[in-house]
Amino acid sequence: MFLMLWKNKGIDMKKGVLNLDEKRITYAKSLGEKIANDVFDEIKSYTTKSIERAILRILGINGINSKGVPYVNSVIDKIQEKDFLSKGTIFLLSNSLIKLNVDSIQKLIEDIDNDKIDITKIELSDKEKIKIVAKDLIKDGVSKIIDKKRERENLISEYPLKEKPYLYVIVATGNIYEDAKQVKSAAYIGADMIAIIRSTAQSLLDYVPYGLTTEGYGGTYATQENFRFIRETLDEISKDTKKYVKLVNYSSGLCMPEISALAAIERLDLMVNDALYGIIFRNINPLRTMIDQRFSRFILHIGGIPIVTGEDNLIKTVDSKEFYYTVIVSQIINEQLAKNSGMNEDEIGLGHAFELDPNLENGFLYELAQAQLVRELFPNSPIKYMPPTRYKTGNIFFSHIMDTLFNIVSVLTDQEIQLLGMLTEALHTPFVQDRYLSIENAQYIKNNLKSISNEFYIKDDGIIRKRAFEVFDKAVEKLEEISSIGIFKALEEGYFSETKRPKKEGRGYDGVIKKDDNYLELNDLI
Amino acid sequence: MDEKEKFVKPYGDTQDDGIIQMSFTIPLSLPLSREVAKRVVREMGLVDENIVYEKDIYGFTFFIVYGKFNKYIDTSKIKMKVEEIKKLDYFEIEKIMEEKLDRKIKIIACTLGTDAHTVGLDAIINAKGYNGDNGLERYKGFEILNLGSQVPHEFLIQKIKEFKPNVVLISQTVTQKNIHLKNLTLLSELLEAENLRDKILLICGGYKITPELAHELGYDMGFGANTYPSQVAYYIVNEVIKRNLLNKWS
Repeated sequence: MFLMLWKNKGIDMKKGVLNLDEKRITYAKSLGEKIANDVFDEIKSYTTKSIERAILRILGINGINSKGVPYVNSVIDKIQEKDFLSKGTIFLLSNSLIKLNVDSIQKLIEDIDNDKIDITKIELSDKEKIKIVAKDLIKDGVSKIIDKKRERENLISEYPLKEKPYLYVIVATGNIYEDAKQVKSAAYIGADMIAIIRSTAQSLLDYVPYGLTTEGYGGTYATQENFRFIRETLDEISKDTKKYVKLVNYSSGLCMPEISALAAIERLDLMVNDALYGIIFRNINPLRTMIDQRFSRFILHIGGIPIVTGEDNLIKTVDSKEFYYTVIVSQIINEQLAKNSGMNEDEIGLGHAFELDPNLENGFLYELAQAQLVRELFPNSPIKYMPPTRYKTGNIFFSHIMDTLFNIVSVLTDQEIQLLGMLTEALHTPFVQDRYLSIENAQYIKNNLKSISNEFYIKDDGIIRKRAFEVFDKAVEKLEEISSIGIFKALEEGYFSETKRPKKEGRGYDGVIKKDDNYLELNDLI
Repeated sequence: MDEKEKFVKPYGDTQDDGIIQMSFTIPLSLPLSREVAKRVVREMGLVDENIVYEKDIYGFTFFIVYGKFNKYIDTSKIKMKVEEIKKLDYFEIEKIMEEKLDRKIKIIACTLGTDAHTVGLDAIINAKGYNGDNGLERYKGFEILNLGSQVPHEFLIQKIKEFKPNVVLISQTVTQKNIHLKNLTLLSELLEAENLRDKILLICGGYKITPELAHELGYDMGFGANTYPSQVAYYIVNEVIKRNLLNKWS
């Protein structure tokens, strides 16, 4: 933002327009890094049921058994019942490949499912020998994911993306065939990224549903087949429009690793991925989801799929002005957690939102300050900017104006991913015309205000700069506190959204398993 | 009542012009979609339809249309089932509770079943409230157990037995395929079956909820869009006093 002017004045551009203290930013991030490292120390000796299922997914396992249970669930549950999951799925499968005559992994899995084979009873081979087989086994799955990444890169060079900010809309009919129609309409009108919202509370399911689905509430189930179907629909449109449209889905929740693996396999382009969201708003066990998150981000990184996080939610239930700093706190922690999983800065799409009370005097200035602050704290990240939701009412006309202000802030502060607000936000999942109206609104602002950020600068002693400093200072203060007690303790004490989440409570804790000496780490195998 | 107030129709810019403004989408392309749109408006009973905007949105056409409503509504024939809830502010309501009640009113609140949306619940319950109107938590006269989102019916029943509330507040936001109706009905049936129904004031809220719908589903009251916490608080205080609800649990 405002680069031209600063260049002319001979000021270091990297500092940005708010002129934040570089040392203070580095300090804040070092606090985040300490928090992330402490998390890693706590979680590194564990695996989860979902991680083990994700590994089976990477090996290409799909389908459901005669009872309708996904093979990956049935098999992992069987191994856990025997208390063998601590050795890890790759280890056990590789061992059985040495001893058994197996046609295909899928067949082996089906045999385990119907109790023809019990892989916990097979005599263990030499660990080094198992490791060699394991490397071979995983290579095939991982190279398919890397192929998908290449395929995406090639398609984007053939059908380039438009200029930033990328317009992101959601589709949420519950029926994948209806979704396809609306995805088509949105893509042709000009959406750059399309997310299929999941069915309400899918994040609480400890399995991934199977097949093309037509019954969802408030959204459509994330399944491998649904992913593939919509990806194909969008690829066809890209051929016609010569523009690649990115497909987005959600991996937060109990199946974080598994859905991430499926996203990589089916070439999704962006995944919402945030353990903190699951902990606070879905009461998912903190330990479980932190372990899951780290693995899922590692897989997404291999697949070249950036994440976006859900900080926007943090200010939906508390005073959004007073607690805005928690967005910054969570972003700094999330960035460092993602780096700890092997992600690069350009793969870490941190979230924030335009959620101040519209009756607030000078609210627009505060929104501008906050959006600019986020931009300057994470200059290399594809920031996801979320539209107003909590102060929306049935007055769809006023709602459309709120979205317009949001669109203006987005262009003024050079956001990268702009999630478009819907005028009917407070009423129902978007109608097909709502999406058209919001894309039209955003395109109007994007074009009409195209170069505005080069034309203005922020007053040194003005309201905007003061607000940005105030928020950042408060965030640093909280980061200091959290880094001294650790994130798990902070969650227990209700540091985020005034919600307390003890480390050993919440959904999915029973799926956390201590790894033993035999466990083969995925990143040692590839 | 004079004639003008007795027979009424929508007002655009002149008395009795009957103008209605609407927008909708037809899942067809132009020009056939336009013909369909006109007929939709006529079938609604409107005349002089005027399509002021049409836009091809790829497989669909979006229309903005005006039409005239040709009849009158006879207001003398309208019977309102539920009175508009009177509005008192936070301090007035607190005062009533102080004067007329000897202990706190116990309230359980949650979103029920699969519904994860707490926006409405938060606006009513959280101390912060909505648009400057204090939430129920701020009232000294209420003791609130907020169970949060996605509470299973059975769990709620169990909590009601333990906490012995005077009021149960249910929020339902997701209405796709009428899931909210199923969720709400199941609860009122379970409460009847467990002999708990008479001990509590049962209230539901959500964008699609109306007092009429609430009564139909076996609830005492329903609050829809644009409800402020103080309206809910006032209703609760009034009904609890009127029904002597503080003495129903022994």
